[in-house]
Amino acid sequence: MNTNRWMLPDGIAELLPPEAAAVERMRRQILDLYASWGYELVEPPLVEYLESLLTGMGRELDIQTFKLVDQHNGRSMGVRADITPQVARIDAHRLNRDVPTRLCYIGPVLHARGDEFGGNRNPLQVGAELYGHTGIESDLESIELLLATLSAAGLQEIYLDLGHVGIFHGLAAYAGLTEPETSELFAMLQRKSSTEIDEYVAALSIAPEHRELLSQLIFLHGPRAVLQDAKRRFAGTSGTVLAALDYLSEVGDTVAKRYPQLTVHYDLAEFRAYDYQTGLVFAAYREGFGQEIARGGRYDDLGEVFGVARAATGFSTDLMLLAEVGQRQRPERIYAAHEGGPELDAAVLTLREQGRCVVRELPGQRGGAAEMDCDFLLVRQDGQWQIVPR
Amino acid sequence: MSAKRHKLTVAVSKGRIFDECLPLLSKLKAAPVAHPDDSRRLVLATEDADLRLLIVRAADVPTYVQYGAADLGVAGKDVLLEHGGEGLYEPLDLRIARCTMALAVLGGTGLPEGRLRVATKYVRCTRRYFAARGRQVETIKLYGSMELAPSVGLADAIVDLVDTGDTLRANGLEIVESMYDISSRLVVNKAAMKMKHERVNDVLRRCTHALQVEARE
Repeated sequence: MNTNRWMLPDGIAELLPPEAAAVERMRRQILDLYASWGYELVEPPLVEYLESLLTGMGRELDIQTFKLVDQHNGRSMGVRADITPQVARIDAHRLNRDVPTRLCYIGPVLHARGDEFGGNRNPLQVGAELYGHTGIESDLESIELLLATLSAAGLQEIYLDLGHVGIFHGLAAYAGLTEPETSELFAMLQRKSSTEIDEYVAALSIAPEHRELLSQLIFLHGPRAVLQDAKRRFAGTSGTVLAALDYLSEVGDTVAKRYPQLTVHYDLAEFRAYDYQTGLVFAAYREGFGQEIARGGRYDDLGEVFGVARAATGFSTDLMLLAEVGQRQRPERIYAAHEGGPELDAAVLTLREQGRCVVRELPGQRGGAAEMDCDFLLVRQDGQWQIVPR
Repeated sequence: MSAKRHKLTVAVSKGRIFDECLPLLSKLKAAPVAHPDDSRRLVLATEDADLRLLIVRAADVPTYVQYGAADLGVAGKDVLLEHGGEGLYEPLDLRIARCTMALAVLGGTGLPEGRLRVATKYVRCTRRYFAARGRQVETIKLYGSMELAPSVGLADAIVDLVDTGDTLRANGLEIVESMYDISSRLVVNKAAMKMKHERVNDVLRRCTHALQVEARE
């Protein structure tokens, strides 16, 4: 006999009780939250033709995408690895509105390689995107909604990491880097590998003081003081860089003022995500957990390949991860006997109508309230059916 | 902003890297209270009550740090090249445990033309190195005694770390290409860099300072 028959593929998980219920409860809370902020739900498909899934998306998303062939016409399809580009397509191509559009989504994605989110290749991506507005207010709304999402998931002691892609791109352009050089350095900066960066920058044919600027970038991270430091260092470089720094400090200050208990951290060499980010980038961390729990940022004009270039900002996270890291409350389970006559039936019905969880005993079953994982019993006291602790 | 002092966990491997880390740890006032060779414990306390060491296999250091089980780690560049080092920061070259990753063949034979068979522990590095040069190679994964492979006809060449070169010479091998300069790097968990910023940055600053002083001496 094949004993491996029930093994799941690497990085693919199934949810059992009580996790599945916890994830579902969190899903409802979060979608209700988004609805209350005016975000409309969309459900992009699980598979699409590769052209629409990957056009303009860069190599990383391509590698992460599972491919299959449509038997009807031989065209290549992909299982989505990220929902954000799909939602950008919906905004640009399907809705085509010229007012600000707020969209939210939740659904499973599949990663061909499981090196993110702690090896899980099948995250339940949830996120919200705001299209059609350029400026600080929409970025702030994204951050605030992200914080509300984490709070709905019962997560506290949050660290917010802020960065801005414009700083690096501005510096690279100012130093006169070619496009391939820019993207190579971009990748190196993600690892803050000073040795490699110094070597690489030293080999570039640019002015020595420009080399210095580029290799200093990875050290510019920390509390708000780094922004002052950066302003001093980058004074006299391009306007793009300084504008990005101002933008960053305004966002950081506003967030810090509105959320005094939040720790705000700045990192000028952090760009994350698939390479479609164009402005502010942010990520959330939680005390005691060694990996990022959510990320987002501005990605203007992603929908351009589908006909309409729109300003866009948003964030996403993995609900499975939030459920794992966050607080998990289980609803109370009440155990009701099988025999009890119409009065018991009525009491059970009333409780269920109130949204309480009542588990009914079956005649001749094994086990009782304890074995059935119930916290309370429905017992007859003083002529009435009442809930008592087990 | 919380003023509380964060605890740091540092993953280090036993042997050469550990021994060469000791002077640096002393300068950080975080010398371990015991040497791993004298103790079976895998978690070592140090003079600094808020800094502890995890003794792990060299190849596991990036994994511990990537998943946040350790905030910092000391890993050879060879391990980082082979592991991929994704999801980590690699901000400092500690300039210890230095050696070379080199391609070696039997003395006097040179690199044969055509499809090479290379025996190595570093399969990914080897593939990447040759791919960048447009050369197709067949890699044979070995876990040790690589030097034997060419003389018994298992491979045309080997890729291995070379320090003094004595083992190579003793087995009749010679270096034909030096591939990468290897030294140990301080690696940092991304979340720790942000959440324990003050502590981590303090360690980085003091290490950098100690290295500068050493370089001047």
